[in-house]
Amino acid sequence: MRFTLNGRGVSFEGSGARRLLDVLREDLGATGTKEGCGEGECGACSVLIDGEVVDSCLVAVGQVEGRGITTVEGLADGGRLTALQQAFIEHGAAQCGICTPGMLLAAHVLLQEATRLDADAVREGLAGNLCRCTGYTKIIDAVLSCTK
Amino acid sequence: MYEVRYLRPESLAEAVQLYRTTPGCRPLAGGTDLMVMLHAGTLRPQPQAVLDLWSLNELKGVRRTSDMLEIAAAEPYTGIIRSPDVQRHLPALAAAARTIGAAQIQNRGTLGGNLANASPAGDTLPVLLAYDAGVVTDRRTIPIDRFFTGYRKTALQADELITAVRFPLDRQVAFRKVGTRAAQAISKVVMAVSRNPARIAIGSVAELPLRARRAEAALERGDIAGTVAAVAEDVRPIDDVRSTAAYRRAVTQNVLRELLDAFARG
Repeated sequence: MRFTLNGRGVSFEGSGARRLLDVLREDLGATGTKEGCGEGECGACSVLIDGEVVDSCLVAVGQVEGRGITTVEGLADGGRLTALQQAFIEHGAAQCGICTPGMLLAAHVLLQEATRLDADAVREGLAGNLCRCTGYTKIIDAVLSCTK
Repeated sequence: MYEVRYLRPESLAEAVQLYRTTPGCRPLAGGTDLMVMLHAGTLRPQPQAVLDLWSLNELKGVRRTSDMLEIAAAEPYTGIIRSPDVQRHLPALAAAARTIGAAQIQNRGTLGGNLANASPAGDTLPVLLAYDAGVVTDRRTIPIDRFFTGYRKTALQADELITAVRFPLDRQVAFRKVGTRAAQAISKVVMAVSRNPARIAIGSVAELPLRARRAEAALERGDIAGTVAAVAEDVRPIDDVRSTAAYRRAVTQNVLRELLDAFARG
């Protein structure tokens, strides 16, 4: 089976029932995607499927045949970080870093979809991504700094 | 994880055929429950194959006819929340869908999955009971009040697939969920109430999503105080990691009183 990973075509052989998370990390070396709870609670393994945020621990890899997957590795353009990534650095929005790839992807969708974002909307938009370090304040500040 | 076969039918007809002929086969939609159990190896009996229904066009979408709204079994909650027909005719269902997980889960969770999983805490299930929804399968329509038969048990036959859920268009239903936090929480008590006809449906307070029949009878008589008193007799909550039986019973009564007051105010 084949799908697109960060704009590049990839192929995979094996059971389509394997978790997308495991195929990304173990078969394709895309280790930016982290495993947290493995139960769809924490959002550490968030990726985008055709632009929609999902927990990759809950997706069978067969379900992404022909689809486009974006992981945190696909956000930056070469060495150039996105405004959101730069804002995370400037606001100190990462501490241990495990939640950061998922936070970035969920926030990326939020910034693209929402017409108006305030702190409450960011909190709701990132409710599926748990952070045990920052207390969220700096993450929310970073996301809000990317709205005009 | 043990290896299971992955089957991806191209049509609903092929899915039905595969489900009938493949031993140890489990249907898969958004995976929000099944993928967790599959990976943990906690499914009994252990499945030999998964039947992926996620991409089937026949199982997507919201369709309105002159007298009902039909939501296909694998339509994700995000699509349900965004549907103008759902917002207009089934606002309680949209409200319930918004309380499920967060964006990641709403993009994948489905009514078909919530029904088949048949968790007593399934957030949409009291709403379906309050609307007297019909569970459409590949061979019949099962009235929702006969669908749940025990703890995580349903009236589905072993080779029967859920294809859609049907709702009436003109019923007023109120919804409330009480959990640990606003998002990403499994409910302690989840309730949907219709005033006319009297329907009081509650999750997380018994081994299955429950119709509170004594309370409904009191509500039918217009006895509000009696309704709130009776619901404590209808529920049979347990102490567990998420809450205590006493808390759930008290919250059930408080939430019911609140929803009935809201109806009284119009």
